[in-house]
Amino acid sequence: MIPVSSPAGAGAAPAPAGDVLLEVRNLVQEFVLRDYGGAKGGVLQAVSDVSFELRSGETLGIVGETGSGKSTLARSVIQSPPPTHGSVIFQGRNLVGLSRRAMKPARRNMQMVFQDPFTSLDPKWAISRIVEEPLIAYGLGSRRDRRERVNSLLDRVGIDPASYGRRHPRELSGGQAQRVAIARALVLEPKLILCDEPVSSLDVLVQAQVLNLFEKLRSELALSYLFIAHDLALVKQVSDRVAVMYLGKLCEIGPVRDIYRAPLHPYTLALLNSIPAPSPRAGKSRESSVISGELPSPLDPPSGCRFRTRCPRAQERCAAQVPELRPLGAGGHLVACHFPLSDGSAPPANSKARAEIAGIVRR
Amino acid sequence: MAGSPGQRVRRLGTSMAALAAVKGEGEPGGQAALGGQAAGAPLLEVSGLRVRFRSRGGVVHAVQGISFAVEPGQTIAIIGESGSGKTVSAYAMMGLLPRTAQVTGSIRFRGVEVVGLDERQLQEHRGRNVAMVFQNPERSLNPTMKVGSQITEAIRRHLQLSRQQAHERAIELLRMVRIPAPERRFHEYAHQLSGGMRQRVVIAIALACEPALLIADEATTALDVTTQAQIMDLLLDLQQQLGTALVMISHDLALAATYAEEIMVMYAGRIVERASAGDLFGSVRMPYTRALLDAIPRAEMEPHVLLPVVGGRPPDMLTIPPGCSFAPRCPDAQQDCTQAVPPLQEHEAGHWWACWHPCQSGQGGQGGQKEAGR
Repeated sequence: MIPVSSPAGAGAAPAPAGDVLLEVRNLVQEFVLRDYGGAKGGVLQAVSDVSFELRSGETLGIVGETGSGKSTLARSVIQSPPPTHGSVIFQGRNLVGLSRRAMKPARRNMQMVFQDPFTSLDPKWAISRIVEEPLIAYGLGSRRDRRERVNSLLDRVGIDPASYGRRHPRELSGGQAQRVAIARALVLEPKLILCDEPVSSLDVLVQAQVLNLFEKLRSELALSYLFIAHDLALVKQVSDRVAVMYLGKLCEIGPVRDIYRAPLHPYTLALLNSIPAPSPRAGKSRESSVISGELPSPLDPPSGCRFRTRCPRAQERCAAQVPELRPLGAGGHLVACHFPLSDGSAPPANSKARAEIAGIVRR
Repeated sequence: MAGSPGQRVRRLGTSMAALAAVKGEGEPGGQAALGGQAAGAPLLEVSGLRVRFRSRGGVVHAVQGISFAVEPGQTIAIIGESGSGKTVSAYAMMGLLPRTAQVTGSIRFRGVEVVGLDERQLQEHRGRNVAMVFQNPERSLNPTMKVGSQITEAIRRHLQLSRQQAHERAIELLRMVRIPAPERRFHEYAHQLSGGMRQRVVIAIALACEPALLIADEATTALDVTTQAQIMDLLLDLQQQLGTALVMISHDLALAATYAEEIMVMYAGRIVERASAGDLFGSVRMPYTRALLDAIPRAEMEPHVLLPVVGGRPPDMLTIPPGCSFAPRCPDAQQDCTQAVPPLQEHEAGHWWACWHPCQSGQGGQGGQKEAGR
């Protein structure tokens, strides 16, 4: 573990060895909502000041609820649309503000795999054409080279090119279609794959097959993944480091073992406790661990810490001051919380809140 | 399921006298309560249920003879992959299957046969007896109606209440499903609510007439993990308050184990294993269930560990292979597995499985190490 000095003002998390492939600094993505007649109706703060790095060969898992901004973050990274503020440095080059043409070589090295393969694959195209298209778009190889490459890739992801190459997406099962989507993402030999909930729509046995495929490809092709999912257990299985997002902000980022063994942010702990444990009838005794309430509106996020409205540890300071993402403990574990969980120095004064936490930290 | 209905009845039957009294008709070899809960009469009793659909390619055998009973107040889970027949079974219990479906076998609710009822009788059955919560609350709710009106509609459809009384009852229901400011929410539309709130409204509608059985078909699948926990806790609390029986239909074995007392695993239209959640995780017997358990990523696993997987896909329901449906994918399959369908039998007290070569007790892959970590 090499401690990396943080870039000015950005709480970028240090990562394990390997070249920095992607560096996201102070990324802000806001959308202006329009009322009738085009009047400004409010600003939706989808991603607010997020910074992190991803090294080559590394997988960063991003977890959070619906509306936490995790998909928007991935889309900002591929500049679709470009972020409102901040920089996205990919292979040493800032992508923000580049023209379409200047972006093209960078896009070749970052590809996306989406949640629903049936909406991300053209229903009218045959499988082999879908996988071949990126090669044509980049003018790579002769027709025969392309065909060979497509066939070998389909083979690699577990789709028999001879029997499936001419079929259409609707003739495939969900797992097969997702394999095709993965083959399409890999055909340009990218360095980074952004996976947005890539196995959420699959049945558990198929999900395990596809997860193993991701894992196999990562080690064979030295890929880096930005792996977005809402399922913490799943993210743990594929990730080296995990970032937890809440309402557009990074709450916590760190090595996967630390996050799961000793989460620092109360939100991370709440997420961990919400995972249905595959041990029987735990539900009856865990009511205290469920966080109450709903995600506040990103049009008008709470002042200070955005989680404070649902946090059992919230104090006055949490409303007044935005907690900075700061390192706590060793090994690149960063947390944005005034009263992190393992920090004994500032326990909440409120005894009820304390009892609630005791309930949460039952393990 | 293999064997004639008569044979199964003898295997399942434990307290026929109690049942005959409830049913009030002396059907030969009446079915009885299952799973060691023979004391009370079952609320719902499904026996030999088969559902077939005609399609262009032939006949789809969606459900191939399933039998089980639900006791009042019980929570059971039906687990399976897409296409295993779990939702079709639930629709059959609700009487929601399209007319093109051929339903045979028996579904008795408090002794009254549901299969073969006409639409008017089914409407009476739904809502009063059984209610259902579906996966997608957006599709369950009418976008052009206030959510409150949708609750009062359900109330006034089944109960003789005045408009004012129905309104009061709706507010009470919204409060019961823990929607803050129910008087205000009553007048809002579905799009003004979050996904979790919408599902709460759907639950309120389902509970409007205090059904004795609630079927939750993937009710939390579309929700976030924190919201899922809130909704499941709500369902269990309400169940305890109202004494409603709950049938959870889910693809998520971990979720089922967390909340259900008894779990039935379905594969290719048949129940292949049923047991209490503890038994299922402590000593899984059916290799398919073990494969499901092993394939779940767990928070206590080390990163980058490959999950044990079984290859292949579930069988095409148009052409069911002879013998055990799981045999072509089963790591433990032997020659005789493809010859006859293994019957679902109670091999140990409360633990049923349909397998010729079950896993040894305690040999449960990851399932056996359930207590490790966490």
